[in-house]
Amino acid sequence: MNATAGSGEAFLSVDGSYNFAYLDEQTKRMIRRTLLKAIAIPGYQAPFGGREMPMAYGWGTGGIQVTASIIGMDDVLKVIDQGADDTTNAVSIRRFFRRVAGVQATEETADATIIQTRHRIPELPLTEDQILVYQVPMPEPLRRLEPREAETRKMHAYAEYGLMHVKLYEDIARHGEITATYDYPVEVNARYVMAPSPIPKFDNPKMQMMPALQLFGAGREKRIYAVPPYTQVKSLDFDDHPFKTQVFADPCGLCGAEGVFLDEVILDDKGDRMFVCSDSDHCRGRREAGHVGPRAAAAAALGYPDSEGDEA
Amino acid sequence: MYVATKGGEAAIEGSHALIAEERRGDPSVPELEVDQVREQLGRAVDRVMTEGSLYDPDLAALAIKQAQGDMVEAIFLLRAFRTTLPRFGAAAPVDTAKMTIRRRISAAFKDLPGGQVLGPTYDYTHRLLDFTLAATGRPAPEAPEAEPTDAQMPRVSDILGAEGLMQPETPPENPSEPFDLSRDPMSFPADRDQRLQNLFRGDEGFVLALGYATQRGYGRNHPFAGEIRMGLVEVEFTPEELGFSIAIGEMEVTECQMINQFQGAKGVRPMFTRGYGLAFGQSERKTMAMALVDRALRADEFGEDRAHPPQDEEFVLSHSDNVEAAGFVSHLKLPHYVDFQSELNMLRGMRAAAEAAERQPEAAE
Repeated sequence: MNATAGSGEAFLSVDGSYNFAYLDEQTKRMIRRTLLKAIAIPGYQAPFGGREMPMAYGWGTGGIQVTASIIGMDDVLKVIDQGADDTTNAVSIRRFFRRVAGVQATEETADATIIQTRHRIPELPLTEDQILVYQVPMPEPLRRLEPREAETRKMHAYAEYGLMHVKLYEDIARHGEITATYDYPVEVNARYVMAPSPIPKFDNPKMQMMPALQLFGAGREKRIYAVPPYTQVKSLDFDDHPFKTQVFADPCGLCGAEGVFLDEVILDDKGDRMFVCSDSDHCRGRREAGHVGPRAAAAAALGYPDSEGDEA
Repeated sequence: MYVATKGGEAAIEGSHALIAEERRGDPSVPELEVDQVREQLGRAVDRVMTEGSLYDPDLAALAIKQAQGDMVEAIFLLRAFRTTLPRFGAAAPVDTAKMTIRRRISAAFKDLPGGQVLGPTYDYTHRLLDFTLAATGRPAPEAPEAEPTDAQMPRVSDILGAEGLMQPETPPENPSEPFDLSRDPMSFPADRDQRLQNLFRGDEGFVLALGYATQRGYGRNHPFAGEIRMGLVEVEFTPEELGFSIAIGEMEVTECQMINQFQGAKGVRPMFTRGYGLAFGQSERKTMAMALVDRALRADEFGEDRAHPPQDEEFVLSHSDNVEAAGFVSHLKLPHYVDFQSELNMLRGMRAAAEAAERQPEAAE
């Protein structure tokens, strides 16, 4: 540490009006202490003194506070929403960090040191040098079964998860399968049941033994939780009804990728549609490498993918 | 087509330019000044300061102008500013018994030491639109000079307390710094400091509706407006380096103490209990509603059933904050197409399975 570190000046935002990465250093310290606690107890929801942020609750304030507390000047930030870098709120959050931290941003998964995400895990496997920060709307996986915080905290303390298993069983009894398709509950490190945030269950297996650190921030509910690198993350299921992910019949219409999560794009009002990669960086990378999907020509005629890229 | 759901920098900047233009409105109409908002829309300023939990009439007025009069948005702006301010300590509890009174009424006693002071209130106006207000440039109206109010203006709750009729509110034995909702997350069960802070910051409409519900039988607690007082109070603070307290400013506040019946319980004599309400500025509706809900939430303390929403601590305290509520409701505008795709896939699968099952018995016949 050199003498000027902490002198204040070095920590100002780009336009000089806020501290580096918006939050004051005391608040960052408080959040880092909570992060350490969360990492030490994988899957445990650690309460923290969440601050009011200049964005609305429910729009990523938890993830933003986590990112703001861990980001340094050398970091390279990627922000995605629904897997894409160019969705409005991802653009807005990236703009925020560019203004208050001036850090380098990227759309390329491989180049990022911190990836803040809403609703997806990138298709490219992450590495030990990366941190994945999830924006979490409802951190409590048991909330829809038991509305009271005082009760759900007890249930976690006693690892009393019968209610959740009954719910999953009732799904099977009624519909023949577990009907949760996103925010599908997982068990972390054989102890805590955890909400993976509303990622599609398709992404759940990526959490298992992931080399990257996974941090979860819930701003409105003021909870932080974490999955350390190389941790067991098991999607809840039954022996006779094993966990299954979504399968897509078609490949990506633009890049031909299979085994990735696809978004459905309505092409006209006559019901024509195509499926495209939800992970926009993955799709772009494949197209640049020469992969062509079955609908690429037709889509290009309709002006898709649009060329109006957002410079990172 | 699909492009509509994507927003680049240009779209966001265009949107910001549009609100700036709309905010200004017709340029042939003079621009609203922040001073005008502060001086002439005082009740709006009071509400934004209260729910924004920052006593600063100038900034609240600015927030109202910036938000084009959208109160929840203005409250949000003030909160987001407040969060960046350093916290240098906790002031001494404000002594409302020493308030410089502008209004003080009691519905429990016809007369009382210090008397009833009506002060500025809409209570006895007829709600008829005053078309003369549409004209500007009239001379400023003047209120008649009044006698200064009695310096001795004891609180009704203290008068009743002296007789032992009022359940005493004793300060904690080891007074620590009060809970600070803006620094620490809510925890349940909540202590009263946490609850009162939450209700203070809570949405006026939400708290009002819950208070109203208690009057209609959902958690009835037999209230009397023991006293409502409004005026200026001094804020005192003890800087560590001085070691004694100094006055750092004055604030206008409204306080409401509801008196509620209590039949007594095993080992506790019948007595009056109270619900407490406080807000910045002239926010009488808010403080009365707050006092009703505060009392309803004390159900456990007095061995009452917690049968209705206003008595349910987690229900009330978790949903009162309009910045949180508005944020989470509005986040539904964010794209959810990954989740929706997952639901779509499942629904199609289930419908296909159902159709197949329907065809099966036909084939068997």
